[in-house]
Parts: sequence; structure tokens; C-alpha cells
Amino acid sequence: MPDGGIGASNKRREDVRFLTGKGNYTDDINIHGQAHVHFLRSDIAHGKIKRLDTSDAEKMPGVLRIFTAADFEGVGGIPCGWQVTDRHGNPMQEPKHPVLAEGKVRYVGEMIAAVVAETPAQARDAAEAIVLDIEELPAVIDMKEAVKDGAPKVHDELESNLCYDWGFVEENREAVDEAIRGAHHVTTLELVNNRLVANPMEPRVAIGIYDQASGDHTLYTTSQNPHVIRLLMGAFVLGIPEHKLRVVSPDVGGGFGSKIFHYAEEAFCTFAAKAVGRPVKWTCSRSEAFISDAQGRDHVTKIELALDEEGHFLAIRTETYANMGAYLSTFAPSVPTWLHGTLMAGNYRTPLIYVNVKAVFTNTVPVDAYRGAGRPEASFQLERVIDKAAREMGIDPVELRRRNFITEFPYATPVAVEYDTGDYNATMDKLLEMADVAGFEKRLEESRKRGKLRGLGINCYIEACGIAPSNLVGQLGARAGLYESATVRVNATGGLVVMTGSHSHGQGHETAFPQVVADMIGIDPSMVEVVHGDTANTPMGMGTYGSRSLAVGGSAIVRATEKIIAKAKKIAAHLMEASEADIELKDGQFTVAGTDKSVAWGDVTLAAYVPHNYPLEDLEPGLEETAFYDPANFTYPAGAYACEVEVDPDTGKVEIVSFCAADDFGNIVNPMIVDGQVHGGLGQGIGQALLEHAVYDENGQLLTGSFMDYAMPRASDVPFYKVDHSCQTPCTHNPLGVKGCGEAGAIGSPPAVVNAVVDALQRAGHDVTHIDMPLSPSRVWAAMQQG
Amino acid sequence: MYNFEIERPGTIEEAVAALAAEEAQALGGGQTLIPTLKARLAAPAKLVSLAGIAEMKGVRSEDGAVVIGGGATHAEVAREAAETYPALAALAGGIGDPAVRNRGTIGGSLANNDPSACYPAAVLASGATITTNTRQIAADDFFQGMFTTALNDGEIITSVSFPVPQAANYQKFEQPASRFALVGVFVAKFADGVRVAVTGASEDGVFRWSEAEAALSADFSADAISGLSVSPEGMIGDLHGTPEYRAHLVKVLTGRAVSAA
Repeated sequence: MPDGGIGASNKRREDVRFLTGKGNYTDDINIHGQAHVHFLRSDIAHGKIKRLDTSDAEKMPGVLRIFTAADFEGVGGIPCGWQVTDRHGNPMQEPKHPVLAEGKVRYVGEMIAAVVAETPAQARDAAEAIVLDIEELPAVIDMKEAVKDGAPKVHDELESNLCYDWGFVEENREAVDEAIRGAHHVTTLELVNNRLVANPMEPRVAIGIYDQASGDHTLYTTSQNPHVIRLLMGAFVLGIPEHKLRVVSPDVGGGFGSKIFHYAEEAFCTFAAKAVGRPVKWTCSRSEAFISDAQGRDHVTKIELALDEEGHFLAIRTETYANMGAYLSTFAPSVPTWLHGTLMAGNYRTPLIYVNVKAVFTNTVPVDAYRGAGRPEASFQLERVIDKAAREMGIDPVELRRRNFITEFPYATPVAVEYDTGDYNATMDKLLEMADVAGFEKRLEESRKRGKLRGLGINCYIEACGIAPSNLVGQLGARAGLYESATVRVNATGGLVVMTGSHSHGQGHETAFPQVVADMIGIDPSMVEVVHGDTANTPMGMGTYGSRSLAVGGSAIVRATEKIIAKAKKIAAHLMEASEADIELKDGQFTVAGTDKSVAWGDVTLAAYVPHNYPLEDLEPGLEETAFYDPANFTYPAGAYACEVEVDPDTGKVEIVSFCAADDFGNIVNPMIVDGQVHGGLGQGIGQALLEHAVYDENGQLLTGSFMDYAMPRASDVPFYKVDHSCQTPCTHNPLGVKGCGEAGAIGSPPAVVNAVVDALQRAGHDVTHIDMPLSPSRVWAAMQQG
Repeated sequence: MYNFEIERPGTIEEAVAALAAEEAQALGGGQTLIPTLKARLAAPAKLVSLAGIAEMKGVRSEDGAVVIGGGATHAEVAREAAETYPALAALAGGIGDPAVRNRGTIGGSLANNDPSACYPAAVLASGATITTNTRQIAADDFFQGMFTTALNDGEIITSVSFPVPQAANYQKFEQPASRFALVGVFVAKFADGVRVAVTGASEDGVFRWSEAEAALSADFSADAISGLSVSPEGMIGDLHGTPEYRAHLVKVLTGRAVSAA
């Protein structure tokens, strides 16, 4: 086997173009004759549009056309891709989500009108000349206020602001109540999972193109899943069949979930390109991204954990308010339910669990999946309440966790999922060694001498990744399948092209996927090229999110490559006049078992396309195969994280002095890329824990609408991480045995940071049991003043 | 950004003449003004760039003072005042990031008088003198509240003269997002007494903490202020800190500045 197959830390080939400024991002694409759109967005969170007069603006220089809701009559709304059924068996309340506001605005940032002009500046100038009069209505921002009787309604046509009241598992409700009533000890924790703005480095961009000669539409867009956009926009919004609509997502500069969703701007550009007869381009500014990209998290939760005298978990009950924002973004309803409630067992045996989630409409930007999506919210509350319980009961937090670990697999949780494999003691053992937990007291003493408080936070996490078995998610309300696809095309001279439905926007697919194929054939990975991001030249795929690319997309590549190898063996058998059953493939050579006969990979591929000596009566020429892979189960990456902090007692400033992550991702294809994925996730998790917070005032104005007030983590805010993924319990149901690694860091790290800060404060004698994220200096200082 | 005219005068005299035009606005390093223009929050008809005026550049020593041209960038000050006035150089080197420090100027910062900017603390604590095209203004008279100064329309800061103290230090506690000063305290010890200037904290902008000055003039040690307290009244309260927190930080940072001076 040449170097560079599965297990090799190949350098990322895509980085050559990214690091030398040669990437081809959507904003780099300019179509001959393109016009530009500027969206007039509401600066009022809730109001009636009393007057919208575009007549003066239409006369401004360079204006081609101005669109309002009236132009979208007969056009569908932006669809929601997941329907949740509430605890009474009723479907969620699902409001219409128009492309441009119809009569009413419901959040600051909602699009009211769109100016298409020759230049971006002319479009913006004209947008300012539109006469707009909005009668302001009281805004609902706080979720608990929003669901009270008599609260102003975000959507007048709905019964209330409650999207759904979900109970899981509803049948367990009474048994859980009873177990908690009779328990030896119950630990209760109320907390907020802070609202976040994803802030990928590349803002969103869309270019709509219409070819009048062919009637074909093309949309260039910054999407994590171009096929999903083609399906949603084509079928539900604009009524364009897939064969007349091409969606291309070229290089995309990060997504973190926020580029999964179908946005109104995409539909607008596609629609307007036909209407004005010119390509229409939109490039989002950073300020606009703050008020138009779907935001993340925003849960308000009460969790109760019941334990027996020995600290065994008896029952968990949670009540969560989950913010939907003003409209349902593509996957918003699934995040606080099926991506959250199903993970509430964590790494532990808890016989009874009941999760209640109230999803609430508010006059804020829509909220949807953000790196981890529901699973960080589950891990955070569970790992925080366990830490609190350990302290209340005087049991070491690590020991309490170990006492409740699931140790036998497969394990069916009381929240509907079955973990196939795992070894939570192994990752915990590894973590304690990496973090030198035994030496903590000594480091604590050193910190004290320097006037600093020191704390150690340890926690576990589990996530359900490799999303997802289509028939299962269909039962749960998904309006799409969640398989993945791959076409492997072998060229005559032996090189391969892998056309994948997965999409890379930072994950390194162009490097990792070839390692898989090359490993199977025994050739150098440089012989394999990856094509992705264009519905015109990749099979129907569901894209990249939920740590699914290798587990699902990689599995499809394996299946397609297996088909290739099976056919190539037939050809090789013909060439060597041997029985197909005796053909072996190793190091790019086909051999006949027990003989010295061999033909090279390239000889076989050439024969497939120059079939002079070929079994044409039995076998088609050519060597190209497609596979669709639908997983049998989720994958369950898990691990243990340790965070060590120093807190300045005079200012409340937290410094993370060490962070260790012991992850079980199953098998690993490229360890270096996995390290990088964990580093990135930890950076975002630490960002959530210490810095990031999207804050609205009572009128629905985003107070943190720029980087002047929204604190992004910087290199100096994070330590040099220690990460390890040597504990490997391979996934039992996908061919690579991989579990996925993209979200782990963001899921596992916030509770570690908060556990560590609470530990530091308690060791210093403060009666502090919880601080809500972000743990800014002022919040930590205020907590120290109170206790 | 709206369209505007731009002039690039080569002398102070030319700049003053250019600024006499209607709706003309001086442009220093543009670190506040350019983002404001890009957000369309300001629409001057004409910008007068001060970047090409040779007589407003540079850092020099003069009669025991460090004199900084109004057009000197933060990076230049960080580099060129490092030996003559290290506390000032350290402050300049801690403003923003390298891109900001290589464009932003002391004149621009002082004329803007952002309540969270660093330079006003150094100017006020050092008892510096601000020289304009028409006059000299003492630091104590220059700062007149948030974004307000003694400058008249069209008046240009040509240089700032800093008496060099016997000991000095600036302590900046960063606002987590912007990295401006949530609170910044500059302490300067002169032969005739100690001056303490605080930025970031007050709704009135930079101010002198006179109780601390008196205590430190008698005994220049962190212990000297241990009995003092700062009232939260009039302090800024926002997402990043309550008035109480800012008042608390004023004392903490003053003590640290004294210890480090």
C-alpha cells in the first residue's frame, strides 16, 4: 500500500488554494451582465406596514426593478423541513414564511423590499429612497412572557406564540414524576443556554441566473447542501422542477449549521433573475449577517436529577423553552426535540427520563441548528446538573459519573436511541492521565501563591451523529431522507473522480475522501479527486451537517468503490483467464490467488474503456458506479473533557490554562484533520462558555449586532489544546467504523468550562452553584459578590 | 458609504483652508470615521486627509517632554516612545490590533474622544498639552465629556506634548468584544504629585480620580488607596459591565498601575 491511506495525517490539499488566495468562493463569481440586489430590511421588530411606496426609488439611477410582497403572490413561502408533533398528538403551529414581508414585520432584519440595480451602491441608494411607514406593535422577546395569555402574537393567524409543547417520552411522564417524588436526593438546576450568532468567516452570497434560451435556472449559493436547496426552493417556493434548476455551492468559507437552511435571499435571486432578465447577485454584509443568518441555541431550562443514596441516577425531568425566532427556519423544530431530547440519557444509565420542550415564537431572528444543534444543549444541562449533584451529595464528580456509566453495549436508552458501542471508562481514564488530575492540588497551590483561584471541570458528552436513518427520521417528522450518495468514476488511465453529495466547507473532504478510496484499491491518494457542491455533476445528496460526512457520505463512497472493485475484478479475471473468485486486489495489483499472475490497476481500467479484450457479452464497458447509503442507526461519538481555569478574584476574569479532550470517534481516517476539527469545536464551545452572546433589548433590537459587542473568541482566549482519539470503539453499522468528529468539541466543552469556574469559586469559599454563560468577567465578579 | 470629495493637503495651512468648506470633515487614520461612513451613519461632503502633512508626523523629545505629532500612528508611538516614555508607548502598543495601530493616529483618537479610548487617559494623567493650529490647550481643559472636546470646528491637533513622569503605568481591562477599555487607568507620578486618569468607566468620559491622586501623592503605594472607594454613580452600565463593576475595576486597576509603575 502506498503511503497516505486510512490513518495517515495527509496535509490538506485544499489548503494550498485557501492559503494562497486562490479559493473560488461565491462572491468571487461574477456573471456577465449581472445586476445587484439590496434588501430593505425592517429596523422594527414587530409592526404593521402602513405604507410602502417605491415610486420615487424606482426613478433613482441604475434601478432595474423594485420588488415587494405583491410580486410574490402565488409564490410559495419558505418551507420548514421538519414537522414536530406535540404531546397531545397535534402538529406544531407552522406559520407562513414569505420571501418578502406581507403586511407585517416580525423581526429586525426581515426583508420588506428588494431593489435590483446596476451596482450595489445604486441598489442601496434606491432602497433608502423607498417610503416606508411601519406602525410599531409591542414586541415579544422573552419566551416565558410570550406564552402567557394575552401576550402580543407574532403571527396573528396562530392561536398563540407556542409552536409546540413536546413531551418525550410522554408515556413516561407520570413514572418520572413519581420517581422524583420518592427519591433520596433531587438536584435541581435552572439555566440558560445562551443564544449565539454563527459568524462563519464568509458571509452568505447568492447569484441567480436564468437562461432564456433553455429555460434553465442556476443558483450559486453559500450552502452546506446544494441538493437540499434545489429540492426545497424548486419544489416548495418557486415551482421549478429539478431538471431545470442547478444549484452550485463552490468553495464555502465555513457554515457551522447556519448555511444548511434555505433562505429567502436565495429564492429571491433565483426568482428575480428571470423577472428582470439579468443575473442577480447578493452579497451579505457582516452587519446584515447578524440580523439575517439563523442564530443558535437560546434555551431556558430547568432540569431535575433524582438519585438514590449511593448516587445512582433514578430519573431525569427537564422543562425547556426553546426560541424559534419569528419564523420556522428549515430544521428549527427538530433541534430542541429529536436532536436534544434523545441525548438526555448522556453516557449514563438512567431508567426514567422525561423531556418537555416548549418551542416559542418571538420577534427575533429565526433560530436553527448551530454546531452541535440540540446536543450541546442536552450535554450542558446534564453535565452541569451531575456536577451540582456530586457537590450536594459529597461524591467526587468523576466517581459519580463512573458509578452511572453505561458499560454494556448495545444499550437502548429510555429516550428512543440505541448506542451501538462505546467505552466511557476508557476515555475517562485517558482524560485523567492527559490532564494530570493527580497533580491538580499542587497547581492549585501555585495559583494561590499568585493570587489566583484555580478550578478543574470534568465532564463527559455523547452525541448522535451520522445523521440519519431515513425511515426513522421520517417517523419523527423529517420531510426529507438523510442518506448520502457517491458516484465513483474511474478514468481509462486509472485515476478516479469521486462525486459526493457531501459538501466541504472547511472539513477537508478533498483530502480525507481520497484516502478512503486509495486505501481500498491500494493506490496513491493523489490519483483520486473529489467533486462536490454542484447538483449538475453530483448525485442527489443531503449535504454536510450533524458530523455526517464521513460516517454517511464516506460510507456511500465505500459502497460505490466496492462496486467498482467488484467489476474491476471481473475484468481482471477475464484478462488473466482466471476465475473471478480467485482474484485479489492489493497495492493496486490484481493477482490470481496461488499463482504469480497479475495485472495492474491501470491495465484493468484501460481495458474497461478500450474493451478490445473484454467480456462484452457479460459486462458493460466503462467503470463508474453510484451508491446511496442510508445508515442503519446514528453513530455515537463520546468522550471526556477536562478544563482547568484560573480566575482573577479581583476582576472575575477567567483564563483557561489547560483543556484536554479524550474522544472516541471510532476509526480515524486522517488524525490531523480530526485534531483540527476538535480544535475548532473547542474554540466555539469556549466562545459560547466565556464570550459569545446574542442579546436583544425589550424592543427586539439586537444589542450585539457587530463585533464591537458580540465577542468572538480569538487565539489568545484559548489554550494549546491536548486532544486524544486513541480510545476507539468502532461504529458497528457503517463500513468504515467511523463516528464523526465535527461537533464534539462544541458539545463537550461548555460544561467543562462552567464546571471549572464553579469549582474554582467554591474552592475559594464562594457559595456559587451556577453562573449562566457567557462567563464574562462582570458576571463572574457579580457571582462572587453575591456568595 | 456615500460619495464624497477628498483632499490631501501637504501642509497644516492647506488643511485648515480645506476644512473651511461646508460639510468638510478631517480624516486622521480613519479608524472610527471610515467604519461610520461605511455604515452610512455620516455623510460629509468632503474629507480632508491629514495623513500627508509632514509637520504633523513623528515623535521627538523636547525640554524633557515627549512631543508627538498629531498624525503619528499608534505603532509609531509604540516604537519611538519606548525609551523616552515607556508607559505611553505600552499604551499605544495595546490599542486595537496591528492594522488599527498602523493607521490610527493620536490626533484622531483625541479629537474623537471616545469614552473608552486609551489615549485620553495618558493625556490627562500626564498633564499633556494639546497643540492645535491656533493654540495650546491643557489636558484638563480639553476633554469635555463623551465625544466632546474643546476643539472648534476646523481646528486641527498638530501635536501633543507629554511631560515625562518619574514613574507611570497604564492598566487596561479590555471589553471582551471590542477590546477597547472597559476600564483603563493611567497613573503618572511627577515630582509635584501623582495624577490618575480613568477611561472607559464614566458617562462623562475620561476623568481624574482626585481622591486617589491625593492619597498616592502622599504615599505612592497600592496600599495607599485601599481605604478609598469609587461611587458607581455616573459610571457606564452596559452588556459588558454594571456601574458597580466598573467602579470596582477603577480601584483594582489603579492599585495595579501603582504597583507596576
